[in-house]
Amino acid sequence: MDYPKGADRRKRIVEAIAFGTARALSYAIVGILFLILFFIVKQGIGVINWEFLTAGPKNGMTSGGIFPAIVGTVYLVLGSMLFAVPVGVLAGIYVNEYARAGALKRFIQLMTDNLAGVPSIIFGLFGMSLFVNQLGFGASILAGSLTLGLLALPVIIRTTEESLKSVPNTFRHASYGLGASRWYTVRNVVLPTALPNIFTGIILAVGRVSGETAPILFTVAAYFLPKLPSGILDQCMALPYHLYVISTSGTQIEASRPIAYGTALVLIVIVLIVNLTAAGLRSYFGKKVKMN
Amino acid sequence: MVTYLYNEIFCSKRMNKIQKFTGRFMEALVKACGYMTALTVILIVLFLFSEGISFFSMRPTEDNTALWVNKSNTVQQLSATQVKDVFDRKITNWQEVGGANMPIQLFTIDELAETFTEDQLGKSFEHVPRCINAFIDSVPGTLAFFGDKQTEAGLPAARRMEMAKISFIGFVSGTEWFPTSQPVASMGIMPLLLGTLLVAFFSIVFALPLGLAAAVYMAEIADDRIRRVLKPMIELLAGIPSVVYGFFGLVVIVPFVQEQFNLPVGETALAGSIVLGIMALPTIITVSEDALRTTPRYMKEASLALGASHWQTIKNVMIPYAGSGITAAAILGIGRAIGETMAVLMVTGNSAIIPHSLLQPVRTIPATIAAELGEAPFGGLHFKALFALGCILFVITLVINLFVELVLKKRDKQQ
Repeated sequence: MDYPKGADRRKRIVEAIAFGTARALSYAIVGILFLILFFIVKQGIGVINWEFLTAGPKNGMTSGGIFPAIVGTVYLVLGSMLFAVPVGVLAGIYVNEYARAGALKRFIQLMTDNLAGVPSIIFGLFGMSLFVNQLGFGASILAGSLTLGLLALPVIIRTTEESLKSVPNTFRHASYGLGASRWYTVRNVVLPTALPNIFTGIILAVGRVSGETAPILFTVAAYFLPKLPSGILDQCMALPYHLYVISTSGTQIEASRPIAYGTALVLIVIVLIVNLTAAGLRSYFGKKVKMN
Repeated sequence: MVTYLYNEIFCSKRMNKIQKFTGRFMEALVKACGYMTALTVILIVLFLFSEGISFFSMRPTEDNTALWVNKSNTVQQLSATQVKDVFDRKITNWQEVGGANMPIQLFTIDELAETFTEDQLGKSFEHVPRCINAFIDSVPGTLAFFGDKQTEAGLPAARRMEMAKISFIGFVSGTEWFPTSQPVASMGIMPLLLGTLLVAFFSIVFALPLGLAAAVYMAEIADDRIRRVLKPMIELLAGIPSVVYGFFGLVVIVPFVQEQFNLPVGETALAGSIVLGIMALPTIITVSEDALRTTPRYMKEASLALGASHWQTIKNVMIPYAGSGITAAAILGIGRAIGETMAVLMVTGNSAIIPHSLLQPVRTIPATIAAELGEAPFGGLHFKALFALGCILFVITLVINLFVELVLKKRDKQQ
C-alpha cells in the first residue's frame, strides 16, 4: 500500500515540534530550579563566613549571624524525629505486618493519607490549641517538636510501609518455618532488610521538617532571643522563621537583606545535602537489596 | 550434668516466656502506634471544630464592650450589619430597624467628652457612669457604645442592646474582613475565599501545561539516562522549603511583576500564582507521569501498529487514557496551593478585598491565619474566627484529598 507521502511528512514534523516543545518545557523547569539555586547562592555566598554561622544577630538583625537559629532548627529536627521515628516506623510495621486486610486497615491508611494532605498551617493551629494551651507546654521546643513530629509522621509511615512491602514474603515464611514468632521475624528478618529504605524516608522527613515554618509560628518560634534555649520548655529561634521575619517585617528590611540571603542559602544547603544523601542512599542500597 | 540439663530446660522455658511476653507487648505497642495517625486526625477535627463552632455562638462585639439604649426603646435586637450601618451613618432612624420613629443618637467616648465637661466627669472619671446614664435618660433615641469598665456602676435608665449571634451564612457570604473593627467586627470571608481560589486556580493554569509536558517527556520521550538526572531535580524542587520560595518570590518575582505591568506594588495575586505554580510542579509531574505509565502496552502498540506516530499515540491514546490521573494531579495541585501558607503570605500583599484582577493584592485563608493569630487575644472573638477559618480550610482540603483518592482508587481498580 502506498503511503500518502505528504501526510507522513506532516506527521513527522508535528511530532518533532511536539517533542521539541516537551523537551524545552522540561528543561525550562530544570532552568527554574537552577535559577532559584543560582540566585540564592550568588547573593548569599558573600555573607557566609565563620562569624555568620557562629554568632547571634546584632544591631536589630542587620548584622551578626544566625547561630541561635541554626541551633534552634537542630533542636526542633531532633525533637520531632525523637517522636516521629519510633511512632512512624512502628505504625508502618503495624499496617504492613500486623493489620489484617479489611476496613480497619483501609481506614488507617486513609487517615495517614489525609494527614499528609492537611495544610501545614492547620498543624500550627492544632499544635497551638493542644500542646501550647490545652497541655500547658506554652510556646516551647516541646510543643514545636511534637507539632512538627505529627507533620512528619505520614512521611515516615508511608516510606516504612513501602520498604516493608518490598521485602519478599519468602523471607517471612522461611523465618516462620524455623519457628520464629511474628515479632522475632519482624525484628530480625524484615526490619534489617527494609532498614536502608526506611532510613532514606527518615532523611526525607528531616528535610521536610527543617524547612517548615507555618507549624512553628505559634508553637515555638521566637523573633529574637539573646541566649540559647536552656530546656525543652524554652522558646527558640529557627532558620525558616528567621528568614520569614527578617525578609518581611521589622524596621530595617533593606539593611537586613544580606542576612536574609545568607539564611536562605544555609536553608537551601541543608535541603540539598538532605536530598542528595537520600538519593545517594537510595541508589546505593537499591542495588544492594536487589542483589539479595 | 543434671544441673546443666536443668538449666537448659529451665532457661529455654524462661526464654520462651520472655519471648512470648515481648511479642505480645510489641504487638500492642505497634498497634497503638498504628492508630496514631487516625487519632491525630480525629484530635485535629475535635480541637479545630470545638473552637471554630463556638465562634458561631458568639456575638460580634468584643467581650468587654456593650451597646446600650434607653429603656423605652422597643428594638430588642440588632444584627451586626445593622449596627455597622448605624455607625457608618447609613441608618439614622430607629424606624429602619423596626423601632419607633425617632432619630438615632450615637453616643460613644467621643461624644461623652464633647457633651460633658471635665468637672462633670470627675477628676478620676468617677462620674462617667452617671453622665452616660443621664444622657441615655434624656435622649430616648440614644445608642451608646462603651466598654464594661465605664458602665460597671450600672446604668439604671438603660438597657443592654442584644446583638444577633454570628451566623454561618453571614460568615461565608460577608464581603468585608475587618476582624478588629469597633464597635462590631466585620467577619465576612468572601474576599479571603475568593483570593485563595483565584491564586490557586491560576497557579495550576501556569503549572499544568508545563507539568504535563514534563510528565510526557519523562514518561515517553526522554531516554533513561536523562530521566535519571531529571527525576532527582524535580524531587529537589519539591524539597525546597516554602519560605525559601516565598523569599525568592519576594526578591525576584514581585519586582519583576511590578516592572512588567507598571504597578504601584508588585505583591499581587499574579506573583502568588507564579510562585505557587512553581511549587505545584513536582506534584503535577509525579502524579501525571505515574498516570501516563499506567497505559497498557497493548494499547500503545495497537496505536503504533495502525500507523500512528509516537506523538499521535501519546496525544490520542495515552493522555486520554491517563485523563483521570491527570485530573487528579491538577486537583491535588490545587489542594496544595490552597493550603500553602508561607510563600503566599510573603508575595501576595495580603489585603482583604474581593479581587477583580490578577494584578491586585489578595489575601488567602492560610495567610490570614498565619498573619493574624499571633495578634488575636487568646479565646476572643478574633481568635475563634481564625479557628473557624481553619475549619473551612481543613474541610476544603479534606474534600479535595478524598476526591483525588477516589479517582485514583477507581483507576487502580480498573486495571
